[in-house]
Amino acid sequence: MSLDFIIAAIITVVGLTTPILLAGLGELVVEKSGVLNLGVEGMMLVGAISGFGVTVFTFNPWLGVLGAAAGGAAASMLFAVLVLQLNSNQVATGLALTIFGTGLSSLLGLSFTGRIIVPFLSVFPDWLAKDPVWRLFFGHSPIVYFAILMIPLTSWFLKSTRAGLILRAVGENDLSAHSIGYSVVGVRYAAIAFGGAMAGIGGCYFSMVITPMWAEKMTAGRGWIALALVVFAGWRTGRLLAGAYFFGILMALELYAKASGFSFLPSQFWAAMPYAMTVVALSFISSRGTAGANAPACLGKPFLPSS
Amino acid sequence: MTKISRRTLFKGAGAASLAALASPALAEDKVKVGFIFLGPIGDYGWTWAHNKGRMQIDTELGDKVETIYVENVAEDASAIPVIRDLAQQGCKLIFTTSYGYMDQTVQVAGEFPDVKFEHCTGFKRADNVATYNSKFHEGRAVLGTIAGKLSKSGVLGYLGSYKVPEVVLGVNSFALAAQKQNPAATVKLVMIDSWFDPPKEAAATETLINLGCDIVTTHTDSPGPLQILEQKGLHGFGQGADMSTFAPNAHLTAIEDIWGPYYVERTKALLDGSWKSIDTWDGFKEGTVVISAYSKDVTPEAAAEADKVQAGYKAGTYNIFTGPIYDQTGALKVKEGDVIADADLAVMDWFVKGVESAS
Repeated sequence: MSLDFIIAAIITVVGLTTPILLAGLGELVVEKSGVLNLGVEGMMLVGAISGFGVTVFTFNPWLGVLGAAAGGAAASMLFAVLVLQLNSNQVATGLALTIFGTGLSSLLGLSFTGRIIVPFLSVFPDWLAKDPVWRLFFGHSPIVYFAILMIPLTSWFLKSTRAGLILRAVGENDLSAHSIGYSVVGVRYAAIAFGGAMAGIGGCYFSMVITPMWAEKMTAGRGWIALALVVFAGWRTGRLLAGAYFFGILMALELYAKASGFSFLPSQFWAAMPYAMTVVALSFISSRGTAGANAPACLGKPFLPSS
Repeated sequence: MTKISRRTLFKGAGAASLAALASPALAEDKVKVGFIFLGPIGDYGWTWAHNKGRMQIDTELGDKVETIYVENVAEDASAIPVIRDLAQQGCKLIFTTSYGYMDQTVQVAGEFPDVKFEHCTGFKRADNVATYNSKFHEGRAVLGTIAGKLSKSGVLGYLGSYKVPEVVLGVNSFALAAQKQNPAATVKLVMIDSWFDPPKEAAATETLINLGCDIVTTHTDSPGPLQILEQKGLHGFGQGADMSTFAPNAHLTAIEDIWGPYYVERTKALLDGSWKSIDTWDGFKEGTVVISAYSKDVTPEAAAEADKVQAGYKAGTYNIFTGPIYDQTGALKVKEGDVIADADLAVMDWFVKGVESAS
């Protein structure tokens, strides 16, 4: 195995990991605020078509990424109004958002089918990414660096800022947070919008970087893997990064094993791995009796201050 | 033509009558022909090609026939009410255009003995259910010929969906044809367990390239792999339709599925009462399989060899499944001069020598 080979494999892993890392990080913040949004897949698709569409019109991928974030956030607001204002069931509403996002993105994408854009790849000068080792650091799309940068930023926000503390308080005990004067609904709106924007950016990684085109349902279920990832990571940002790369490596390993002619495991086993590993991680956390300490206590529960 | 989406269909029981209201009164006199599509008609691949075939009925028989289609129909039990709805709307002939509608088609056909059904790529027939398919593997032989001639590494990539006969035939046809040009050529095969998953198709293409493949052909439906090949300056082929707009430099040529003539012929048979339940498996000769224009990167030598294969199939003098053929372990499976019969091809489940696969 040459160095080139290993680096090319790592670059594939980065491509597989980045979208689920972005969407997972957004969902982590949403869940920390006590809301379960199962609409990640739908928001990713809306982000994918928004980013692609804006890039087609403006020829500017940076604006495209902003458009993807805006599209994902806008889709998430629909969910937010329903669950925060009307106290609808979060699980059902999240699933509805996935179905809605899939349909909406297909509709918006009708006129973009068959078009291509320049892939949003490395913005560093070519000579920096020539050497394979340097390519590992300078050969990626700006979205990849953004995703990695957002990990410590989010971690710092949740752990060390006042706003982050309030967000966690709202997720752990909404009534107490409410009683000392914090706007539970306001905080959750902000968290859901952030989650939507991150899912949108994750989605546009598919339509602007990996395969610079629009195709219906092109995220092909990655939103569900992002959801599993949050649980797998035990709602911790550091573990989310590790978990995302672990899932990415698993996905790449499947392809390398098959292409190299290894058949020691059936392919269905590989496809189920992220979910199976999530169950294993959950069992592990539970067996140590710390499950309650990790999952936000108000996760998925409606906020009903009057009752 | 009336367009109905699955979503409208499920809105309520009134959907059918609404659709009937929307059509001009004249249409009542026309014979209705229905289509069930797997993907969106804008997928630039499988469904796009079937829809082009449907439009040919509109063009040629539009004065007597009205076509109706439903797109994005899942290959599960939810297809049953969709097919049934087309029959209840008065369709006399219904084409269900994917393998996964097989049992659903046969079930609904039992409920409507007066309606004729045609199921694409399946093998279950009934008095009012015919089957039809295309010899895509003949096209794969042309792609294999070009790939074998052009590849510098002699290592070719094949991106498959599932291990079903259609894909097995494609892989074997591609490998055998490539080996005729370069006896040392090998084919690395990856099955991604999906017909459509652009990110996974892209990652699998990167993997094949990293393992030394300089030409990758796809048996999945998105143009994603071609875009990866374009970025790397390598080559590949379009699947189902000409995909050169997605990758102007990487796209060497494509297998195009041409269903129009078959659809027109069967609709005519319905009109004149000669429709029978038959099994049709057409290829180059009948015009069901067509190869797109070669790109500038196909050398004249490669183009000449590829043309020979096409001409041979059209004349009926060429068959890629002519012995000697060895399997992956090197055992002789087909003796020199023997040809694998169509019936055996339809159930082929083993790969030829030179195919490196995990299953």
